Amino acid sequence: MIRQSASAMGEALAQGAITSVELTKAHLDRISEIDSDVKAFLHVDSEGALAQAAAVDARRKSGEKLSPLAGVPLALKDVLAQKDVPTTAGSKILQGWRPPYDATVVKKLKDAGVVIMGKTNMDEFAMGSSTENSGYGPTFNPWDLTRTPGGSSGGSSAAVASFQAPIAIGSDTGGSIRQPAALTGIVGVRPTYGAVSRYGLIAYSSSLDQAGPFGRTVLDTALLHEVIAGHDVKDATSINAPVPAVVQAAKSGDVKGMKIGVIKQLQGAGYQAGVQKRFNESLEILATLGAEIVEVDCPSFEYALAAYYLIAPSECSSNLARFDAMRYGLRTGDIDGASAEAVMSATRNAGFGREVKRRIILGTYALSSGYYDAYYGSAQKIRTLIIEDYAKAFKSADVLVSPTAPTTAYKIGEKVDDPMAMYLGDVATIPVNLAGICGMSLPAGLADEDNLPVGFQIMAPAMQDQRLYQAGAALEAALLSKWGAPLLSKAPVLAGHK
Amino acid sequence: MSSLSRDEVAKLAALARIEMSESELAELSSQFGVILDAVARVQEMDLSAVKATSHPQPLANIARPDVVHPSLSVTEALSGAPAQEESRFRVPQILGEAE
Repeated sequence: MIRQSASAMGEALAQGAITSVELTKAHLDRISEIDSDVKAFLHVDSEGALAQAAAVDARRKSGEKLSPLAGVPLALKDVLAQKDVPTTAGSKILQGWRPPYDATVVKKLKDAGVVIMGKTNMDEFAMGSSTENSGYGPTFNPWDLTRTPGGSSGGSSAAVASFQAPIAIGSDTGGSIRQPAALTGIVGVRPTYGAVSRYGLIAYSSSLDQAGPFGRTVLDTALLHEVIAGHDVKDATSINAPVPAVVQAAKSGDVKGMKIGVIKQLQGAGYQAGVQKRFNESLEILATLGAEIVEVDCPSFEYALAAYYLIAPSECSSNLARFDAMRYGLRTGDIDGASAEAVMSATRNAGFGREVKRRIILGTYALSSGYYDAYYGSAQKIRTLIIEDYAKAFKSADVLVSPTAPTTAYKIGEKVDDPMAMYLGDVATIPVNLAGICGMSLPAGLADEDNLPVGFQIMAPAMQDQRLYQAGAALEAALLSKWGAPLLSKAPVLAGHK
Repeated sequence: MSSLSRDEVAKLAALARIEMSESELAELSSQFGVILDAVARVQEMDLSAVKATSHPQPLANIARPDVVHPSLSVTEALSGAPAQEESRFRVPQILGEAE
């Protein structure tokens, strides 16, 4: 049962073939069996999950009309506040914090009857691409336990890829949903900026952050997208417009006549041969299905990585000022006579990890007087050019595509001492965030040289998220008939050890 | 090649209110050259005629109706406090030396 799709689980629940309590127990068993190897979860809320499951079963029994995912278990990235459940954002500075409120995403999940099983590991405050920056140790890729599952939402991607949860929530500031989805062979979507409320999403870079869904199929991802999206008065940047018809698009999956633009700058040199090969094959499949493939030129993308690593650290240096040891979270050095400033500095030293400190310092530098125009100011202008490049490209194409990440999953520890090498892995995902548009990664097969998953990225204009699902579902169906079985059936069977 | 000295990193750390050990200052100082060179690429293009984008959505001045909504109780608001006293956050000394 745990290897099925979330939509199949939802149907089995609706037909009464299984109860949510049974389904949740099966997943909790799987977690206790293998998560000592994968380490996807920071906290498993078995009691809370079983209570939620029993409540959904009761609602169903009383004849209430429920959502398609009601009773289906989910893994929640620890960046979202869940009332009374430990929430750390992967940081020691928030160890033991239990939020007194629910994030809007969490409220929507609860209202839909989705069962939240626990909080997943992540790079501290979502700063990273491998989960190695977590204050609680890394998560391991189910395809090869010596490798990273990507990041920052690596706990969520690993949980879904190892059948510990059929669906999960992540957040994507520079690729943190799409890249881990690519590295673990699952589907991940970063919705349009403002499509999903950021209320209760612990902020890293407010103009780039966006929560979104993970699933093992395009349809499952769409079903979850529909649950969490929508306008929210608690988030001033939330878009007041209807949610695009993502589920309908995922069910239709048709690319006949669709114009698909290949971004010249996001392929070729710097991309692993096996990644490029699977990408090219997927393009051929899309052409066979009736899509028109065109090449588009986005010259400013060359500067996207540089702009991102100024804008995001700048915003983070401001956002993380809230961790001041006064109102919640860690406090150290509070001895008689110590000043508030000394306590604050000691606490932030003890509570923040290396990467977080590095980005706060970089942001503080980029925003300081004398350097502001040259760094932050220039980065904001590059952002304008990237938006213009996309606008021009979308005039000749309905969706744009690229490999999601330049390489397959790398070894734990391989890049941890070389921040620039780690940052380069975000080169293909970052432009979407800077422009505030939407993007999906779906599995395109395994690279020949290492037998590890490759991600195919699809991008669409703001609030045209349905196009991702329409193209993604078509490619997914064609690949499935080519492979004969889902890609994850090729992943090692993790047995765990007691 | 850009660089940031140990003292410059120490000054930034003080501004960011992060106490840092000598080894951390040395590590950051040695890493910053490469990172600054990479991000300084934003200065390669002529951007004099380009407007800055601070935010991807064309939104401004979003306000909600001025109506009172339920909010956290004092107990809830204090639930994560490292220290509290008389229903308030207890904080270390903020003003200069007492007396």
